[in-house]
Amino acid sequence: MIWETVRLALQAILRNALRSFLTVLGVVIGVAAVIAMVTIGQGSSDQVTASVASLGTNVLILRPGRAMMGPGARDDAPEFRLADAEALNALSAVAAAAPVSSSTLTAVYGNANATTLVTGTDTSYLDVLNWSVVRGRGFTDPEERSGAAACLIGETLRQKLFGNTDPTGESIRLRSVSCEVVGLLQVKGASTFGQDQDDTIIVPIRMLQRRVTGTTDVSSIRVALAPGVTTARGIREIEALMRERRRIGIGEDDDFSVTDMAEISSMLTGINNVLTGLLSAVAAVSLLVGGIGIMNIMLVSVTERTREIGIRLAVGAQARQVLMQFLIEAVVLSLIGGLIGILLGLALAYVAAQFMAIPFAPSLSVILLAFVFSAFVGVVFGFFPARSAARLDPIEALRYQ
Amino acid sequence: MASSGAPIIEFRGIRRTYGTGEAEVRALDGVDLTIRRSEFIAIMGPSGSGKSTAMNIIGFLDRPTEGTYLFEGQDVSELNRDQRALIRRHYLGFVFQGFNLLARTSAQENVELPLIYKGMGRAERAARAAEALAKVGLQGREHHDPSELSGGQQQRVAIARALAGDPEVILADEPTGNLDTTRSREIMELLVRLNREDGITIVMVTHEEDMAAHAGRLVTFIDGRVASDRAMPARRAAR
Repeated sequence: MIWETVRLALQAILRNALRSFLTVLGVVIGVAAVIAMVTIGQGSSDQVTASVASLGTNVLILRPGRAMMGPGARDDAPEFRLADAEALNALSAVAAAAPVSSSTLTAVYGNANATTLVTGTDTSYLDVLNWSVVRGRGFTDPEERSGAAACLIGETLRQKLFGNTDPTGESIRLRSVSCEVVGLLQVKGASTFGQDQDDTIIVPIRMLQRRVTGTTDVSSIRVALAPGVTTARGIREIEALMRERRRIGIGEDDDFSVTDMAEISSMLTGINNVLTGLLSAVAAVSLLVGGIGIMNIMLVSVTERTREIGIRLAVGAQARQVLMQFLIEAVVLSLIGGLIGILLGLALAYVAAQFMAIPFAPSLSVILLAFVFSAFVGVVFGFFPARSAARLDPIEALRYQ
Repeated sequence: MASSGAPIIEFRGIRRTYGTGEAEVRALDGVDLTIRRSEFIAIMGPSGSGKSTAMNIIGFLDRPTEGTYLFEGQDVSELNRDQRALIRRHYLGFVFQGFNLLARTSAQENVELPLIYKGMGRAERAARAAEALAKVGLQGREHHDPSELSGGQQQRVAIARALAGDPEVILADEPTGNLDTTRSREIMELLVRLNREDGITIVMVTHEEDMAAHAGRLVTFIDGRVASDRAMPARRAAR
């Protein structure tokens, strides 16, 4: 009997295909919005997580100036020097401290040129960032100390300058410096903030300082803590050392900041989740509105089909059979809407993932939830019209014009 | 089927009132009526005489306010909605003045409707519906929608629908009210044939003497009471 009723419901729905489609449009949009939001949100969360992993664990960033100042609000705090990084390296809590100084430059190879981020650093940088060289080699300590013109390039830059050929041994020009490509970096992907980390050149910091920027400034220091050292203890020791080196008196504020990248990433994940939740809530409201749309049309349908209900009652349908018929019709309608919505939502999320360069992360549990929820919408919003159908008096219903 | 001639429908002091107090309307005011199995009975009366109310109660669409209704000897005066639906499903067939077929639904599916509620399987339903349609002379029209059929044909589909469930009683409420004379006579001949050949009890409300003449017995209602009740031997003479 139940399958019979479902079949009859499908017949009734198909008999009015256009109206049925308009009826479920609300549910389609609601479900599609929820699915798209959650899938996109999940994708960008996954990406944040992946970029946290690409940072390496226990990585801290030291910058001159107070923390949490807006852009352009740098105070007159002195820059770091190479000696600061060496002093940090001597701490037992620190596994490696890599000085970083960077500059945006145009790299030229033959007829090709590309503007890219050139990072000057030392040999420990790749270890701190959990990064490696896939072809050729990293630069050596002697190269680093002497400021030799050796560089490592990322995959994106290689594509721009060399295409698919082997870049190692070739020379590229940075301003007036001719620099030998000694190694190709492993693909790292986009950073937490969305930059392409493979569009880059890494050179010995002394080479950048002496031959390109002409200063001895170190703009930041990346620190990897020794295994077993907690982030809190690491920050405490680093701050103590840096205050001493920068001669900051007791009671004075730090003129530098120590940032825990993992913390920033988890904060970003948190923001991401809140946004996803918010957008999903808005989408859920549209699902609710869709449900009310179904109720509305079902009520109209009950009025329109009063005579049909009268006929069914006359030939021996019981009230609950009429109730079931209309309820199942509403559920079948909203399930069809839910299915279309799921497909549409996934398609939207897929397209968005391509545009935003984030992973496409459909979640089976969310899809099942949307499906169950749309059935639920059908039951809840179909019940009232179905009940009013079932309560009709057969004599009145048969007389209805 | 039980022996012909036994009472199938008995009204004992049936009253049906609407409203209360000053506004009370007595649609039926103490009706005694016995209908025997395989009778063909016509009910006549001016509008407001209570004939429709009587039909509704006979057809288990309504319930008497007072009095006793015996159906096949059982007191059914106090049955609730769902129990009355079951009686309609298993014992009764309805034919209405306005045909009351489902629109955009084939003749076949219309006839199958009561069989669905009887819980019959699809194959058996199709066979029974085809058989019923053949009996009313509509073979070959199974897949036509009501809109593609003439009024007379639509009423035949309605009769097939009433017939398909194998009813004891067919209740016909002005079955020829919307039809011209020729079609009306055809419908009446069909009802007479079902009554004679299959022994189905037929209760028909009409306001046309010509149609009532096909019945074996004529009951006239006036002011909620049976005003006259007589056999119509003329019917057989006329045939």
